[in-house]
Amino acid sequence: MDILRFITAGSVDDGKSTLIGRLLYDSKSIMIDQLEAIEKQSRNKEDGEIDLALLTDGLRAEREQGITIDVAYKYFNTPKRKFIIADAPGHIQYTRNMVTGASNADLAIILVDARHGVVEQTRRHSIIASLLNIPHIVVAINKMDLVNNSEDVYNNIVIDYAKAAATLGLKNIKYIPISAINGDNIVEKSERFPWYEGNSLLDILETVEVSSDINYTDARFPVQYVIRPQSEELHDYRGYAGKIISGIYKIGDKVTIQPSGLETTISNIEIEGRQVEQAFAPQSVVLHIKDDMDLSRGDLIVHTDAQPNVANEFEVLLCWMGNKPLEAGNKYLFQINSRVVKAVVKEIAYKLNVNSLEKEDAPEKAVLNDIVKATIKTASPIVFDSYKKLRVNGGAILIDETSNVTVGACMIQA
Amino acid sequence: MAINNLKNEDNPALQNLRFDYLDHLESESIHIFREVAGQFERPALLFSGGKDSIVLVHLALKAFRPGKFPFPLLHIDTGHNFQEALDFRDEFASSIGEKLIVRKVADTIKEKKLTELKGKFASRNALQTFTLLDTIEEFKFDACIGGARRDEEKARAKERIFSVRDEFGQWDPKLQRPELWNTYNGRIHKGENVRVFPISNWTELDIWNYISRNNIELPSIYFAHEREVLEYEGQLVATSEFVQIDESDKVSVKKVRYRTVGDMTCTAAVASNAANVEDIIKEIIATKTSERGETRIDDKVSEAAMEDRKKGGYF
Repeated sequence: MDILRFITAGSVDDGKSTLIGRLLYDSKSIMIDQLEAIEKQSRNKEDGEIDLALLTDGLRAEREQGITIDVAYKYFNTPKRKFIIADAPGHIQYTRNMVTGASNADLAIILVDARHGVVEQTRRHSIIASLLNIPHIVVAINKMDLVNNSEDVYNNIVIDYAKAAATLGLKNIKYIPISAINGDNIVEKSERFPWYEGNSLLDILETVEVSSDINYTDARFPVQYVIRPQSEELHDYRGYAGKIISGIYKIGDKVTIQPSGLETTISNIEIEGRQVEQAFAPQSVVLHIKDDMDLSRGDLIVHTDAQPNVANEFEVLLCWMGNKPLEAGNKYLFQINSRVVKAVVKEIAYKLNVNSLEKEDAPEKAVLNDIVKATIKTASPIVFDSYKKLRVNGGAILIDETSNVTVGACMIQA
Repeated sequence: MAINNLKNEDNPALQNLRFDYLDHLESESIHIFREVAGQFERPALLFSGGKDSIVLVHLALKAFRPGKFPFPLLHIDTGHNFQEALDFRDEFASSIGEKLIVRKVADTIKEKKLTELKGKFASRNALQTFTLLDTIEEFKFDACIGGARRDEEKARAKERIFSVRDEFGQWDPKLQRPELWNTYNGRIHKGENVRVFPISNWTELDIWNYISRNNIELPSIYFAHEREVLEYEGQLVATSEFVQIDESDKVSVKKVRYRTVGDMTCTAAVASNAANVEDIIKEIIATKTSERGETRIDDKVSEAAMEDRKKGGYF
């Protein structure tokens, strides 16, 4: 059993919350008291039907306004997998929430209303999925009951989507006809689509291969914390605590400390105080190095023969998340994994139209939910990989030093 | 890069890289603990002797041994706790050789002349926020690590792993920082603090599976035992000096266990014969009621009960 993290992209109108409610309900992850609570609330509404969407709307303002404001996390298990759903709102003003939810996702479910086909919002969600490099996409064509479960309607949407996806470079796309409200093709394969040869949605979610998405070749270990007991029996103990974000480390491996560039050898690897011969992503471990070097939080231990980039100027795709606008010349803190450095946004090259992928002229100010291409210069070098190649070492945040708020998400374009 | 496209089982070199879902959860939680150690000067770990905080301490052991914890354990004692949990708390803290700070709600009530609730299940749940905030001020804690899980409740499902609180401890759900990748922004102004939830992504079942795999010891009240209880609106509440018993109450001795351990005034027991962890896991898989729904008397008050408490500084 492993974990699949997925995001659902779509609006209430696409039946997104109903779909999640259906997955939870049909996989028996909703408990009686939770169901009673939403039944009670549904009675306050006019039509009196149980509104599965109420399961995911956690805040009072959301329930009152019938909208989703923030990313909500939901959990369910089947005997095959544990699932973590990031439920993000789909409206354009919430691009930052979808970016947030997508940053950790192994898979995105893109909901398409069968009556409307591929619309602007579908494109926007797919563009964000592609920018955030989500490895797997499931296009769920919903409300099939409202188009008489028509194979032609379904096929046309698949053709349209495939065209859009090709320009985005999306990989591993699966298509499925569903009716979330009726539960068709959600947990069990429905007989209403005899022409559909694929599996049910849950079946796809249970079987999509995610362990192969881990990069085992480019070993990266950001130091989070230095363990120094300084006790009598462990007087000289100095262990570097962190999580292997990619690759495999073995005792005896030749490694380089970045950004200093010093070379050394892995002398010991510990997990829970036990020595192990090798450790791999995404394990949290303690590494020891042979030589006595100045090494602290924010440094990376990498394989000498698979080096990352080390630079203090680079290009990023930047999703702006701050309420105050971004202007070229603004200074921020730049945080990538455990390393935080001062940075300036030097130049904004263009703005990306998230509905069409067109490059628009650089705005004077980037505002909340804008995605722009920018050049960032940092006060000292950072150690990174291209986001496209290694998501875990190519994503970074910008922090407003005066408010301490996270204002930007950077995908480094090396 | 070619190796990336292979399935693990296709490549002999990758065959022992098995990592199951509990390993993933554990590694993520350890990572969060170490971020706290790396980013804050004066953190504290909220430890009550309940199962979730016991698992937290076990994760901290994995994150920091052979070193000491870079934080003390802290318990805000309402005075309404189960003795079994308090005994366990003290023994466990001393067995691992870590510092435990206890602050009592009763002292805050006396000092600040707070008004206690009256009535059948007069709870100090709301009052403990006062003691917590005072203690944060006393020790200048900048981060408090807690065992809340997102599966417990709808408002919690929306809270960040690093959740910034103002100097009154208040949570503003509309002003949450976006939390991307595995990058946690714990920067705060003086006087603010961050609540950190390393087991946000764990469910009740995950906790029990982890307890089982690691042979983690728990207070005895988690396992079936005979106890005098009164039945109240379908829930079984232990009789104690803190609960007002009326003549009309139906009091009897039943075989029960606790699914969650909070105050004796607001935590209900469940009828159960589960004598060990494996029995409990079977019971949870079969159960039809959520952990909070079955055992928390204080959540039923309103749909937004938890959201309101959190906005007011509650954990």
